[in-house]
Amino acid sequence: MKPTHTTPYALLLLIAALALLTPALAPDPHAQDLMASLRAPDALHWLGTDHLGRDNLARLGEGLRTSLGLALASALLAVALGSVLGLLAAARGGWTDRLLSAAADGVAAIPGLLWVLLIAALAPGEKWALYSGLVLTAWVEFFRLLRSHTRSALLGQPVQAARLLGFGFGYIVRWHVLRPIAGVLARLWAYAVAHAVLAIAALGFVSVGVRPPQAELGLMMTEALPYYYEAPWLLATPVVALVLVIGALQTIVGRAADDTPAGVTA
Amino acid sequence: MLGRRLSRLLLQAVFVLLAVGTLCFAMAELLPGDAAYRIAAGRYGYDVVNTEIAEAVRAELGLDRPALVRWAEWLGQVAQGNLGQSMVLGDPVLHLVAYQLGQTVWLSLVAWLMALALGLSLGLWTALRPQGWARRAVDSLNTVLRASPSFLLGVVLTTLLAVELGWFPVAGHEDADHVFLPALTLALALCPGFTQVVRDAALRLLASDAFEFAQVKGLPLRAALWRHALPQILLATLAYAGVQLVLLIEGMVVVETLFAWPGIGHALVHAVIARDVPMIQGTALTMALLFVLLNGAIDLLLHALDPRLADAQAAPASPPTPNTP
Repeated sequence: MKPTHTTPYALLLLIAALALLTPALAPDPHAQDLMASLRAPDALHWLGTDHLGRDNLARLGEGLRTSLGLALASALLAVALGSVLGLLAAARGGWTDRLLSAAADGVAAIPGLLWVLLIAALAPGEKWALYSGLVLTAWVEFFRLLRSHTRSALLGQPVQAARLLGFGFGYIVRWHVLRPIAGVLARLWAYAVAHAVLAIAALGFVSVGVRPPQAELGLMMTEALPYYYEAPWLLATPVVALVLVIGALQTIVGRAADDTPAGVTA
Repeated sequence: MLGRRLSRLLLQAVFVLLAVGTLCFAMAELLPGDAAYRIAAGRYGYDVVNTEIAEAVRAELGLDRPALVRWAEWLGQVAQGNLGQSMVLGDPVLHLVAYQLGQTVWLSLVAWLMALALGLSLGLWTALRPQGWARRAVDSLNTVLRASPSFLLGVVLTTLLAVELGWFPVAGHEDADHVFLPALTLALALCPGFTQVVRDAALRLLASDAFEFAQVKGLPLRAALWRHALPQILLATLAYAGVQLVLLIEGMVVVETLFAWPGIGHALVHAVIARDVPMIQGTALTMALLFVLLNGAIDLLLHALDPRLADAQAAPASPPTPNTP
């Protein structure tokens, strides 16, 4: 059976709703109850409890909020930063262009996860470090797209005609530069979100990302790993959630994931 | 053109040196707590650390001097090829990194070959049978693989193949069969991209006039594939290798940590946890420089192998102007 066009969006909405509603549905994600550790799912704890007796549903909700919140916000700032700088580089040319392009090349000279790891290590457990690392690696893609597109668009006849008709720079940017690539930008943004979610989970998994007791998908997997025999649902929940989020985002991105590599020098 | 590409490579390498050096130094300064205690605990164990031992460590490593002095000293040492000593192990960073680099290269080589074999066979197989269950099966497999981060694949493979079935050892690095699970994990992460690139190149080629002519003149399919299709497909794969490199290096950090493989990625993560700044610098520098060098090598190799790229650059690049009467 082939998934329909709206399936990934519906899935993401469902996951977001789960993440936002868990504070109302489940107890405090940090409240421990050592007498009730590793419980199987029941009426009280819908997804069971972990090794410290914390409610798994509440932790899953908090993990999703952490991952998705950080990823969405960092991708948004990256879009804004990359687009503005790309426009600037293409419109100004000269040294502005050369400096900004050199900065982008420099960032791309180091693999993304390495950047995030090093910057996150500046202040372990602090969200701003993780956040700035993610933004720093993500803006390059948007910058390159906007720069190359704007350069060719500004030379094209529609823009020349618009200029002759007396339209200002803002109008031209809005209708002749941004409008044609809005779809590509949106897909690239979804790709950046997926990449950020994966990076956060990977760092959490190797214990250098978000710090306990805060719940995070990768960290939850590391914590659940020793108990996978007694409590398989504990490992399964963050795994399923992560795969669903990434799968949905990648379905939205479609084939853009293949031809828009992150942080690669051309 | 060659000179420009080489100078860009050099610039990138210098940038990597400065960026990683500055970041690592800032890291040591910004971290809360007293580094002397942490390093002492890393060396002698958490139970025996006291003020006396911490002060001894501080005096030995010169941790009480001004920050700028220590940084300038480190940069000078790097210029001489001396990366300092690991604060935890006490061994020269260069020796440790040299050993880890060997392990990492061995692991990634095996992973790369596995991914290449997987991608080539799956891609060619599905390109030759575009409609059928094979194509659908490979597509769904790749969708699942793409959505699964490498640490997840590693956990699944370990529980399935090592713990439940007992076919392979879970961890270790002495024997040849230890490399199998981490390499397979990395290879599976690379597989969807490889398959896609091989299939796209193969489909484009199978539809081309040149391939049709090869068959019309009487070459059997196997020979036509071998002589006319494979070189082009391999070239497309090489062009894609830069993307794979990012995946491979990022996967290395996670997969080596998961399998306790004594490579660069494993060392980097543990150096970050133990706050061993010379080690962080050494490993991060090695990884980033390796990335820059390999990217440059791929670029040069591609231009040497594919004369079409040189032609494309020789032709004057004109802005795309729509033809209007």
